[in-house]
Amino acid sequence: MSEYRIQGNTGEWEVVIGLEVHAQITSESKLFSGSSTGFGAEPNSHVSLVDAAMPGMLPVPNRECLRQAVRTGMAINAQINRWSRFDRKNYFYADLPQGYQISQLYHPIVGEGEIEVTLNEKDPDSPTKKIGIERIHVEQDAGKLMHDQHPTMSFVDLNRSGVALMEIVSRPDISSPQEAGAYLKKLRSILRYVGSCDGNMEQGSMRADVNVSVRKPGGELGTRTETKNVNSIRFMMQAIEYEAQRQVDLIESGGAVVQETRLFDPNKQETRSMRSKEDAHDYRYFPDPDLLPVELDDAFLEECRASLPELPDAKRARYEAMGLTAYNAAVLTAEAETAFWFEDLLAEGVDAKQGSNWLMSELFGALNKMGKTLDESPINPKQAAELLGLVADGTISGSIAKQVFEIMLETAAQGSIMAASAIVEEKGLKQTNDTGAIEAEIAKIMAANEDKVTEYRSGKDKLFGFFVGQTMKAMQGKANPQIINDLLKKVLG
Amino acid sequence: MTDFSRLGVAAIRDGVAKGEFKAVEVAEALNARVSAAKALNAFIVETPEKAIEAAQAVDADRAAGKPLGKIAGVPIGMKDLFCTEGVQTTAASHILEGFVPTYESTVSANLWKAGAGMLGKLNLDQFAMGSSNETSYFGNVISPWRRNDGSTAALAPGGSSGGSSSAIAARLCPAATGTDTGGSIRQPAAFVGISGIKPTYGRCSRWGVVAFASSLDQAGPMARDVRDCAIMLEAMAGFDPKDSTSLDLPVPAWEAGLNSDLKGKRIGIPKEYRLDGIDEDIAKMWDNGIAWLKDAGAEIVDISLPHTKYALPAYYIIAPAEASSNLARYDGVRFGLRDLPDGAGLQDMYAATRAAGFGEEVRRRIMIGTYVLSAGFYDAYYTQAQKVRALIARDFENAWASCDLILAPTAPSAAFGLGEKNADPLSMYLNDVFAVPASLAGLPAMSVPGGLSKEGLPLGLQIIGKALDEQAVLNAGLAIEQRSGFTAEAGEWW
Amino acid sequence: MSVDKDTVNKIARLSRVAISDAEADKMVGELNGILAWVEQLGEVDVTGIEPMTAVIPNKLRLREDVVTDGDVRDKVLANAPAKEGSFFGVPKVIE
Repeated sequence: MSEYRIQGNTGEWEVVIGLEVHAQITSESKLFSGSSTGFGAEPNSHVSLVDAAMPGMLPVPNRECLRQAVRTGMAINAQINRWSRFDRKNYFYADLPQGYQISQLYHPIVGEGEIEVTLNEKDPDSPTKKIGIERIHVEQDAGKLMHDQHPTMSFVDLNRSGVALMEIVSRPDISSPQEAGAYLKKLRSILRYVGSCDGNMEQGSMRADVNVSVRKPGGELGTRTETKNVNSIRFMMQAIEYEAQRQVDLIESGGAVVQETRLFDPNKQETRSMRSKEDAHDYRYFPDPDLLPVELDDAFLEECRASLPELPDAKRARYEAMGLTAYNAAVLTAEAETAFWFEDLLAEGVDAKQGSNWLMSELFGALNKMGKTLDESPINPKQAAELLGLVADGTISGSIAKQVFEIMLETAAQGSIMAASAIVEEKGLKQTNDTGAIEAEIAKIMAANEDKVTEYRSGKDKLFGFFVGQTMKAMQGKANPQIINDLLKKVLG
Repeated sequence: MTDFSRLGVAAIRDGVAKGEFKAVEVAEALNARVSAAKALNAFIVETPEKAIEAAQAVDADRAAGKPLGKIAGVPIGMKDLFCTEGVQTTAASHILEGFVPTYESTVSANLWKAGAGMLGKLNLDQFAMGSSNETSYFGNVISPWRRNDGSTAALAPGGSSGGSSSAIAARLCPAATGTDTGGSIRQPAAFVGISGIKPTYGRCSRWGVVAFASSLDQAGPMARDVRDCAIMLEAMAGFDPKDSTSLDLPVPAWEAGLNSDLKGKRIGIPKEYRLDGIDEDIAKMWDNGIAWLKDAGAEIVDISLPHTKYALPAYYIIAPAEASSNLARYDGVRFGLRDLPDGAGLQDMYAATRAAGFGEEVRRRIMIGTYVLSAGFYDAYYTQAQKVRALIARDFENAWASCDLILAPTAPSAAFGLGEKNADPLSMYLNDVFAVPASLAGLPAMSVPGGLSKEGLPLGLQIIGKALDEQAVLNAGLAIEQRSGFTAEAGEWW
Repeated sequence: MSVDKDTVNKIARLSRVAISDAEADKMVGELNGILAWVEQLGEVDVTGIEPMTAVIPNKLRLREDVVTDGDVRDKVLANAPAKEGSFFGVPKVIE
């Protein structure tokens, strides 16, 4: 898709990237215990005896977490494994109370699938590429360590311990930081559409482990490093750039890349080796004997499939078929929030073209000015639909609608949004169809602009817009534009 | 005056129910026996107040005319592998010394709900790893039995439920809980001349039981006769949604179903259990057992369990592998011992804590388990062992085509002396050779007294049944009990 | 396969069990004895046999996604060797 090359002293290098994305599964309770997954609770309050791995405590799996993993797998056309199993990954760390993480190594719940990405998802002409997904498995999150509370101690908070994660493992099909960014964006969008993860990277609901290696174009795969827990798309792209360059420099200066775990430092924009975790890893995976194999039946799978929403690619195609421009269709479907907002607008009976144009020019423009996202929009789809309905049924003109929208935003900012119809009523903005009044104004304008009338009649068609504007201005914007058009055409000949 | 130490579970329950005596009287009498038997070292913690409290509640209920539980008024011993709320639970390890659970295991909670009271927490092999109760941090448990040659040599009560076996045989309690991972109920029962049953895997909840090897661990009762085992098991068993491997089945009325008429039952005698050089006393007892079952109406058939010899090696891969992982949580962070050498970092703290906290046998098994799961060895050891385990289970499946129950010795010998088998871990492991196959296959299995050895020590007969068929196992046990005439008791030397 | 002292030390490290030199020496013999014995499993023909996954036929039950537990901080922290306010304390970890 993109020809990303690093220029070294010995020639060009290409970069091979694979991503392991950890996405927190949206659920009320944890993967194996009934404790809450709520964010920002008091330390160690969302912790059960199971999460704290007290002696004799046992895991009981949460149906919803498996359901969401399966739905996600279906959304990327992946193989769903009716028979899967949980394994223990054994290692010692203070954020891991059991001394093992319950994960899935040998038999993951979701097998191979793929995601199609475009470098610029808002550009319908941008080239696309399919990134293979190797697997999705379900596992427990670890707790949290705090290092800055005490001079000689780290503090352990187990609130996150046992929260369900999906690990989505890509094939090493990614070959540039931009592709990696596009992949992560698309994946996040799919997760949000499906509702299996909120995709909130700031809160840590989604983070990526980035595997990077370099090689001469078409050559043997190089040794890879794994940069852990990168928590923004920008950081991930920076980490890849830095790490690829570092590897090229290292190899060209006669060194060798060491297979190791690294950490990205966003302040220095560089990766560094995590020596503390290098301690010879041998995770001794084996099937968790506290749990039986996960067997999914037809009813379970059918429900998962039936509850899947329309996904971005399908939605975009449908919007285009509805007559939206390719650009509009791409923008409206790139993010789940936008698509859901637009769907709500359509559900209120708004015409697709009218709605999409308004959403993309008026609403996005206004939000942009306010520095707000669609989620923070002061106007909801129902309120917008009422406004657009007034235009559609000829009650107000498009230009009046802009005024009304502005007043809606002002009133919203003052604390209580005023309905479009109430604004039209109060300010007397209803469009007039009174041909007599319009004709009278047209006559005045023609009289005042005889020169322009002559110019128009001698072929300067562009001036038609001038007459429309003048008439509309004289009518204080309230005249029906279609009637103005018709009348002007008649008198101008 | 009634000697309450002579009453079993059924007798105490019935006596209390009928008002022949008060539950408190029984509790007081047994509390006194427990506290007078310190020489046996059967208890790690004594809880006389708990026994009294439970007894008072039963007496009050009876006085108020309320219905009584299945074992109302029966004071019992609780193996110290079951977490008991507010009472120290150690698994006989230094690493859990001082650990006071804030929760109650499902099995112990079931027993208290049924009206039992707790005399104390019983000693065991550390983390249930052992066959002689010599691995406890809190000292060896001594069997009440002595050889008939006048020697005062201390004998092993078996393990890992050695506190349970010793206490019951010494009549400190009429019954106790045990857990069986590879024979830990049956072998100690055999060593002291009592009965004990390991039910089908999944009958008793593992929730709140300190884990040794999750796919094998199963709780069960130990008592002085078969009926008492049936009563106890009924109270302990039951579906528990908190244990994913718990069986969602109703608890059968095993006591009511007891019937020693074995007409129509076929008893399989596995030829592979007749090892070369089998102990003469054991062989004789086994033959007696066969005769008793025949006498009870059963048909005897020869069967083959071809993979028997591989059961023990498979067990000594699977159990340590699971244990090495199950015991990772003892790290000095959230509970138990912490050994923090000066200037030590987190990983040093783990290593120091675990070296100081775990006993030698536990460390040895953690090492074996870690090794067999480590990179490059997993398939050769662990996967192979689980395949062999599947073959062992299949052997039993095939056997059920020609028999309903299997009769075999419980252990290859009578109780040995403390210290006799310590030098070589392997020779100790071999003591579970007859017990382990049923554990690997998750089948119900019971040990009942089958006679005495030449040295005057008890020997046990083992009955293995089909999955979920505890009733048939108990019935065959009862048939043997009625015919063996086993009345021998340990002299009260302590 | 037989283990040497280096392997024993490696396994001890992996197990997070500190081991003295003398203990390691002793363990070499013990582990080799036990491993040599369990290796007889290699003789068993396991062609076509799946490793056992459930001892007794049973189906994994799934829990409904409801908050039924947690909010027991005092119980969770009750046995902590080093409780620091609402946290467990461990020697400082440098990442």
